[in-house]
Amino acid sequence: MGQTKKIKVMVNGERIERDVAVRTNLSDFLRNDLGLTGTHVGCEHGVCGACTVRVNGQTVRSCLMLAVQVDDLEVTTIEGLADTGPVSALRDAFLKRNALQCGYCTPGMLASAVEYIEKIGEPDRKKIREHLSGNYCRCTGYQSIVDAICDVIQVGTEK
Amino acid sequence: MKAPEFTYERPTEISEALAIIAQDAHEKAFLAGGQSLLPMMNFRLAAPKTLIDLGGLKDLKEIVAVEDGLRIGATVTYSELGASALVSEFSQVFDSVLPHIAHSAIRNRGTIGGSVALADPAAEMPAVLIALGASVELASQRGTRFVPADEFFHGLYLTERSDDELVLSVFIPNSSRSLSTGFYELARRHGDYAIAGVCISDDSRPSGSFNAPKVVLFGVSDRPLRAKSVEESLVGVARNDTRKIRSASEALSDLVFDSDLHNSQDTKQRLASVCVRRALEAM
Repeated sequence: MGQTKKIKVMVNGERIERDVAVRTNLSDFLRNDLGLTGTHVGCEHGVCGACTVRVNGQTVRSCLMLAVQVDDLEVTTIEGLADTGPVSALRDAFLKRNALQCGYCTPGMLASAVEYIEKIGEPDRKKIREHLSGNYCRCTGYQSIVDAICDVIQVGTEK
Repeated sequence: MKAPEFTYERPTEISEALAIIAQDAHEKAFLAGGQSLLPMMNFRLAAPKTLIDLGGLKDLKEIVAVEDGLRIGATVTYSELGASALVSEFSQVFDSVLPHIAHSAIRNRGTIGGSVALADPAAEMPAVLIALGASVELASQRGTRFVPADEFFHGLYLTERSDDELVLSVFIPNSSRSLSTGFYELARRHGDYAIAGVCISDDSRPSGSFNAPKVVLFGVSDRPLRAKSVEESLVGVARNDTRKIRSASEALSDLVFDSDLHNSQDTKQRLASVCVRRALEAM
C-alpha cells in the first residue's frame, strides 16, 4: 500500500478523518473508502468528466486529484448536492427532457450544470455547450441535456 | 490505470521545498495543479519516486503588482487568472485565451506555473508569455534567476529549468500594458488540444499599422515557434489592409512544422496560416 497519510476532510457536510494511501485518487477515496458511489469513474485521465465533484465550491475532476490533496478542504459529491438548490430542479428537468439514457455521465453533468447556473446562468445554448464540453455523454447527443439546463434557467428567471 | 507508488511531501515553506528537491532531483517532481502530471502518472508515462505538493506554499498563490510589472505566482490557477482584475488590466489577452484552455473543472486546478514547467507543445500559455515578453522566475538552493520566456522552451517537455529548480512565478513586464494582442486557435472540439494556434502582440496603437509584431505559433512543433518572416512582412502594414495581412500570414516557409496523428505537415502549415490571418484581422 506504500506511504499513508491521515487526512481530515469535510465531505457533504460530514467531518471525516481517514488514513489514505498517498497514491489514492480522490475518486477512489470517495467510492471505495467512503462508499459514495454516485461519483462515477470513466477514463481516469481527466477527459470524460464523469467523476466531476466540487472541492471548496469549485468543480474538479476527482480522478485528477489525490485524496491527500483535499486535507482540510470541503468536498461535495452528487450525494451532497442532490436534494438542495438547482440540482433538485435539474434532476426533474433531466427526467422530463430524457436528458439521460444510461446515466453514467449524469452525476458529472449535474455538477457542471450547477456550476454553469451559478456562475453564468444564461439560457444561451452555445455557452451551455461550451461549459459542458468537458463532460462526455455517449447516449443523448447533448441536445436534451442542454434543453434541460435551459428549462431550469428559464423557470428560475420567471420566478 | 493508477499511479505507481510514490512518497508524498507537502512543504509549507519555499525553502523547505527547495531543500527536498536539492537531493536526487531527477527522481522527484513538483505537483502543482496535477492536471497533466497525474494523468501522466496514471498512464505510467511519469513515475517520480517523490511528489512534492506545492499546495501548501501560499506565496506561490499570489498575484502581485511590483514596480516593473506583474508577478503571477506559479500555482495561480487558470480560474484565478481569469477572475483577477489586475491580470486583465495588464493584458486583455488572458480573457481571450483562458476559455480555450481545457474545461472549467480543469481550469479550476490547472496552474500557470505548471503549464510553463511542463512545456506541452500544444499549450497556449507558453506562446502567450513569449508574445508578452514575460519571463519565468526559477529558484533552487543555488539561487534565483529570471529566464525570458523566449529562451525558456527547448522542445517537447524540455525547458531551461534544471531538475532542482522550482518555477516561482511568471513575470509580466509593464511594457505588456501598451501591447495590443490577438489570439486564435483551431481545435477539433472546444477545450481539446490545439491543432494549431497563435498569439500575437504588437505595439502599434499610435500609428494604425503594425509596428513590431511578435507572432508566436503553438501546437505545430515541439515548442512555441516565432514566425519571424510573418513578423517582418507585417511591419508597416496598415491594420485594416486585409490583402497584405493575408499575404503576410502565408509567409511561413521559414519554419518546420511537425505533423501529428491526424494532420500532415502541410495541413499544420495551412492551419497555422489561417490562425495567423484570423488573429491579425481581429486586432
